[in-house]
Amino acid sequence: MPQYEAVIGLEVHVELATRTKIFCGCPAHFGAEPNRNVCPVCLGLPGSLPVLNEQVLEYAIRSGIALNGQIAERSKFDRKNYFYPDLPKGYQISQYDQPIMQRGWLEIETESGIRRIGITRIHMEEDAGKLVHQGAANLAGSSYSLVDLNRAGVPLCEIVSEPDLRTPEEARLYVQELRNVLVTIAVTDGKMEEGSLRCDVNVSLRPAGATELGTRTELKNINSFRSVQRALEYEIERQREVLEEGGRIVQETRTWSEERGVTVSMRSKEEAHDYRYFPEPDLPDLVVSPERIEQIRRSLPELPAARRERYRTVVGLPAYDAAVLTDNLDLARYFDEAIAGSQNPKAIANWLMGDVTAHLNAQKLTLAELPVTPAQLRRLVELIDQDVISGKIAKKVVGRMLETGRDPEVLVQELGLTQISDESAIQAAVAEVLAAHPSQVAEYRSGKTKVMGFLVGQVMRATQGRAKPDAVNRLVEEALAEPVSSGP
Amino acid sequence: MSLTDLSAHELAERLHRREVSAVEAVQASLDRIAALEPSLGAFVTVTAEEAISEARDLDRRRAAGETLGPLAGVPMATKDNLATRGVRTTCASRMLERFVPPYDATVVARLRAAGLVSVGKANLDEFAMGSSTENSAFHPTRNPWDPERVPGGSSGGSAAAVAARMVPLATGSDTGGSIRQPAALCGVVGLKPTYGLVSRYGLVAFASSLDQVGPFATTVRDAALFLQVMAGPDPLDSTSIDRPVPDYAATLTEGIEGLRIGIIRELLGDGIAPDVQRAVLAAAETFRSLGAHVEEVSLPSSAHGIAAYYLVATAEASSNLARYDGVKYTMRADADDLTGMYFRTRAAGFGPEVKRRIMLGTYALSSGYYDAYYKKAQQVRTLIQRDYASAFSRFDLLLGPTTPGTAFRLGEKTGDPLEMYLSDVATVLANLAGIPALSLPGGFDAKGLPIGLHLQGPALSEATLLRAGHAFEQATDFHRRQPDLLAARA
Repeated sequence: MPQYEAVIGLEVHVELATRTKIFCGCPAHFGAEPNRNVCPVCLGLPGSLPVLNEQVLEYAIRSGIALNGQIAERSKFDRKNYFYPDLPKGYQISQYDQPIMQRGWLEIETESGIRRIGITRIHMEEDAGKLVHQGAANLAGSSYSLVDLNRAGVPLCEIVSEPDLRTPEEARLYVQELRNVLVTIAVTDGKMEEGSLRCDVNVSLRPAGATELGTRTELKNINSFRSVQRALEYEIERQREVLEEGGRIVQETRTWSEERGVTVSMRSKEEAHDYRYFPEPDLPDLVVSPERIEQIRRSLPELPAARRERYRTVVGLPAYDAAVLTDNLDLARYFDEAIAGSQNPKAIANWLMGDVTAHLNAQKLTLAELPVTPAQLRRLVELIDQDVISGKIAKKVVGRMLETGRDPEVLVQELGLTQISDESAIQAAVAEVLAAHPSQVAEYRSGKTKVMGFLVGQVMRATQGRAKPDAVNRLVEEALAEPVSSGP
Repeated sequence: MSLTDLSAHELAERLHRREVSAVEAVQASLDRIAALEPSLGAFVTVTAEEAISEARDLDRRRAAGETLGPLAGVPMATKDNLATRGVRTTCASRMLERFVPPYDATVVARLRAAGLVSVGKANLDEFAMGSSTENSAFHPTRNPWDPERVPGGSSGGSAAAVAARMVPLATGSDTGGSIRQPAALCGVVGLKPTYGLVSRYGLVAFASSLDQVGPFATTVRDAALFLQVMAGPDPLDSTSIDRPVPDYAATLTEGIEGLRIGIIRELLGDGIAPDVQRAVLAAAETFRSLGAHVEEVSLPSSAHGIAAYYLVATAEASSNLARYDGVKYTMRADADDLTGMYFRTRAAGFGPEVKRRIMLGTYALSSGYYDAYYKKAQQVRTLIQRDYASAFSRFDLLLGPTTPGTAFRLGEKTGDPLEMYLSDVATVLANLAGIPALSLPGGFDAKGLPIGLHLQGPALSEATLLRAGHAFEQATDFHRRQPDLLAARA
């Protein structure tokens, strides 16, 4: 039996977060009553003509630059002709042989190191509408079907990767990183579950070491990072079994069933359409000046790879922290604001990734809904670092901050939680504790020094945790080292 | 003299001086339509009520002292492939028989805003595909000069309506000659503007890279005034030219002393009727007498015009007409499944010529044939543009016949599509090159049928074309002759 290697390529459709549709002024957002966000243009009514939304071009160029590609100074739109009831004009306006971007790449960080994945192209196109079937899940079995054209004309970028991916995990990492980049440059909201990011996955197997590609299948209906990986794991295994039994892979489109965890054949490529592409005569060629490309390049924010690098090398975070913070743009921005002027970014990262994230998850809140400002979090860490409160007390304070959004200084004062750094006060508490626990004191003095921890704990308890821990340690140790007082 | 005998600008002057009301002008037009329509069939829909109501409104505004546009109150016909809000827009097709657009074409809106009153939707070949208006799904239109003959097409309804003086003005659309060929066959003035001069928004697309909206009129001056209202940039049409429109009437009478005119050699030989050739040569003499320099010029690639045109136009049409799929526009044939519904709806909704062109165009774009047909045709198009550029480096305008012959009989060419396509041999080149071209009355053949002269100029040379046309018109009286409509009324 030969060892097989998977060859994976992805086509990702990204819904651009423009206010209006790609060729008309209708709102591009979801959630309206069916057929409300429509006009003669996106309905494809006779005589209507498309006018390109400049924001779409801007976003496509931004994406192209962020993905390290070459922006075409001259590109054009084409018509992709096919019949379907959700396609009001009988053709989709897309880009065929002169897309806005070609030859890009994106790096992913795998366990075995950084892998550079080629990006063949990005092109702009319009989305189709939606069919609502009555009495069945699809058109064929339904008693009737309704057409909702709210989505027709919503702008999309299709991002096509080279077949450079080799494992389901790499594919997932690629989609995650791609989403990360696109959300960072603010061209999409990146909500996979709402369809803002849709993946078509191409996969084939070949004997390890071979250079020729095997017959591929295309997987559709993949709606989460996890299902990218799961669908591929299933499909690779399925293809492997077919090949090992001496079978032949059929080139076809398969749909991923999330519930059943399997891929199911939809249609074979032999029935594939001839799309009869030709240049869209209603739109002039797109000409983008090098100056404009340069200007957009300069306007791009820090991209995830650069941010991770900065967190590691400049901020001094461990790679894991850098990755976790970067994977969530809101968190990263919050973090950047919180660490401005801070001496202890690592502590801020810990609070953010720990208590703050736990609170958000438990309360099902977004970072935007968090009452605590980045500056408040920074000041909390400063209170610890300046020995005003202990770490343990800080946990209490954070709890109240997360609930109320009040300043840490005020909470510490109000709750009387200021750290006791007056050594005479701590000494008094130490003396009381030692007096109250003569047997443990004796144990210590007989050499069982482990009991010291217990005594420190008792002092902390007596001071309600407000005593500065290192001072308590030192003072307990000093007291225990004192000569044994003579008995009465 | 009846109101309908007046040219648009003569009528406009009387309206302006309030010697005639808009209601009277529109009513005169409607009366003449009522009398002649049964024998001519120039309209798909007559919008009498809407027209009278608009006219009344204009009269009220004028009475209130409002300054109206120069053509305000003048009746006109609208080709039925221009979208009109609230009035069905059929393209003379069963497919759109009940389609009422919720929007106006930009041209329709501009004309309405300028106070022109549309009295109805003019007949055409289905989806503007044809050269005789026999392809209308509803009824053919007849030529006012001889009701046994076709008015040309596809804007045959518009041309016949103007020739019969039902209206002094009509809009048309021209993809390969659909304004100029019927203008020639009906003895009126027709202009196809530079591609992009007039907005295509709301013009139901036949071949998007070739389609242009333009005017029909009885005089060149009227055509100029009418075009003035239609032309200009439109943010709704990405292919419209973003430049201010010159005042065409201002230069109309400047004469053509020193103008250089080339006669196209390839259009003065085989396939062109002798009477038509004679008319062109006579026109050349007239232009010389007016001070122009006239010489022969060659357009070598013109021989490939028809072939290139029928590939580009049908390819675009196959795509443009895909939207008529039974899902929308009320025309749907029932079937057991989606594919069946598509097949049966399109089989029932489209006429034979439309189907023929959809099939030709689909074939030309098919995988494996694209390079040999569509792409090759686009290359020929580039060659034609180069030929014109070369000709226009030596000449201001080119002169030739608009059509190879005069109006033919109904049914004469319907059995032979290729023969019909050759009616466009002189006109398609201007569409392929995107340049403006004017057809104007240039004489009559032995049977008394009108002959059209074709003047072409470089992009955006409308002012020159109109000036030359006007000079010719002043020196001749072909445009003054009207058809004897007693024959039509019989």
